[in-house]
Amino acid sequence: MRIGRGGPRSRAGVALSGREAFLLLIPAMVPILVLSVAPLVRGIYLGFTDSRAGFGVKTSYIGLENFRRLIHDSLFVNSFKIGLIWAGAVTFIQFCLALGLALLLSQPLRARWLARSLALVPWAMPPVVVGIMWKLVFQPQAGVINELLYRAHLPGSNIDWLSDFTWALPAVILVGVWAGMPQTTVALLAGVQSISDDLQEAAAVDGATTLQRFWTITLPQLRPVIVAIVTLDLIWNFNSFGLVYVLTLGGPGHATELPMLFAYDQAFKFGAFGYAAALGDAMVLVIATILVFTIRGRLKDVTR
Amino acid sequence: MIVSSRPKTTRTFQYAALVGYMLFLAFPLLWLLSVSFKGPRELVELHPHLIPTEWTLANYHDALHGDIGIGDVTLLHAAWNSTKVAGLTAILTTLVGLPAAYVLARTSGFISKLGLGWILLSQMFPLILIIIPLFLLLRDLHLTDSHAGLVFVYVVWTLPFILWMLQSYVRGIPRDLEEAAMVDGATRLTVLRTVIAPLLAPGIVVTALFAFITAWNEFFLALVLLQSPNLTTLPLLLARFVGVEGIVRLGPLAASALLATLPSLILFTVIQRWLTRGLMSGAVKG
Repeated sequence: MRIGRGGPRSRAGVALSGREAFLLLIPAMVPILVLSVAPLVRGIYLGFTDSRAGFGVKTSYIGLENFRRLIHDSLFVNSFKIGLIWAGAVTFIQFCLALGLALLLSQPLRARWLARSLALVPWAMPPVVVGIMWKLVFQPQAGVINELLYRAHLPGSNIDWLSDFTWALPAVILVGVWAGMPQTTVALLAGVQSISDDLQEAAAVDGATTLQRFWTITLPQLRPVIVAIVTLDLIWNFNSFGLVYVLTLGGPGHATELPMLFAYDQAFKFGAFGYAAALGDAMVLVIATILVFTIRGRLKDVTR
Repeated sequence: MIVSSRPKTTRTFQYAALVGYMLFLAFPLLWLLSVSFKGPRELVELHPHLIPTEWTLANYHDALHGDIGIGDVTLLHAAWNSTKVAGLTAILTTLVGLPAAYVLARTSGFISKLGLGWILLSQMFPLILIIIPLFLLLRDLHLTDSHAGLVFVYVVWTLPFILWMLQSYVRGIPRDLEEAAMVDGATRLTVLRTVIAPLLAPGIVVTALFAFITAWNEFFLALVLLQSPNLTTLPLLLARFVGVEGIVRLGPLAASALLATLPSLILFTVIQRWLTRGLMSGAVKG
């Protein structure tokens, strides 16, 4: 890189030139293009082929054949249904809990540092460990849930939560909520703290109740943060894998089989790369739909 | 503040809610801790206690010395593998991302819009779409089932987030500082080295440590790419350990899980304050 030496520069020379910017971008751009963009394009394309695992297998373009098969594959339909229920439920419950926690943490309460630190812990834990931990919690004999139910003389103390057809999905949803608390809480807390106190105080002086202030000041001010974090949570949860893999492997039956678990089995158990890629394409469609809805909502906000 | 004028009942309710949150957040952690200190006899008891009746370190001993997983891979061996992979990932991503992050933060043209757009977009795609072609590519290069291949994949996978963090730290450095140095005749490289780098150092360390934690915790990509037992990373080893567990093995499993979390938990505590600041500074205003 040759940059003119000596002589005081004009202010215009301070900005990055196109060439400088380009040279600085190269170290990141090459791996991104070679190992991320190109594979992604190829991955999307593979969904339209009959690609299979194994060396020297011929791959050919088969159009929409994979998608025709997907629609008639009841396990695929099931996995998307589970995926949407899981992503929707986890995101919704998590949002409500995290909003409450963020509001509490913005109050001058004693011991809130402890709650704040606790709320961040799941962020630092490997999903596999979170899964193992909750497996121990749900364990039918040695687990704490059943023991608590037994001591409180409540029904259900014999249930093997993670192997039960009715209860496995709610159980993994609970774990999903716990595991995702940090990111949502941190985002909402930052949002709450950026709301100016003046507005709140003015409203309080005018005699607005806490609840009124929440609906008319806090929520509308938080709206951009809420839209962003809810969208991201929905997408992250829909794409989630490790947690449920460790907890249930998608079982019992296929009761907790998220789309990524189904895709993993198709690709790396059965070697159906093309089929799994088509599944990935279908997931992108779902995610794009979610985005269209939230971005539309965002635009409405701006134009209003 | 306005809060002081509130009735006492509100405050009481707030404390009750806070305690509720703390119980929800802490009880699985406490249970994991409790199981890890219980002996095999206590683990098969019909009605378990939260506080172990007989504390034992046997589970930790087993976790560290016994072979717990598949073949004869020990926890320490897997921990060494994880350290290698996560360490290399952290160094490489940060090095590769730093110059680009500077450009993203300091220009507002087409390139930086494209870059930021890609960072967001990369969050949307399910990993399955990218791992199948990467698997095929790495197989042609004979890099599947190797740490080198895994590190490559981790670098691209962590890069979007790392770029996002780094560029927000660069934005935090006043432009005037650079401009003053450049008006005095310093070259861009000198400015980057003598003005930006020292101010950015804490941000770089936080980012690298975050990349380390992310790679340390990662499971799916390792599951797809690694087959040989002696290459196993910690999450892989633990996940396979779950498969062979019997109720008596819960103790060592809990101890292993805790030991595997310790490094990332410690690092996370160190960077926590910086991390949330860096992530949110750009996001909330934007």
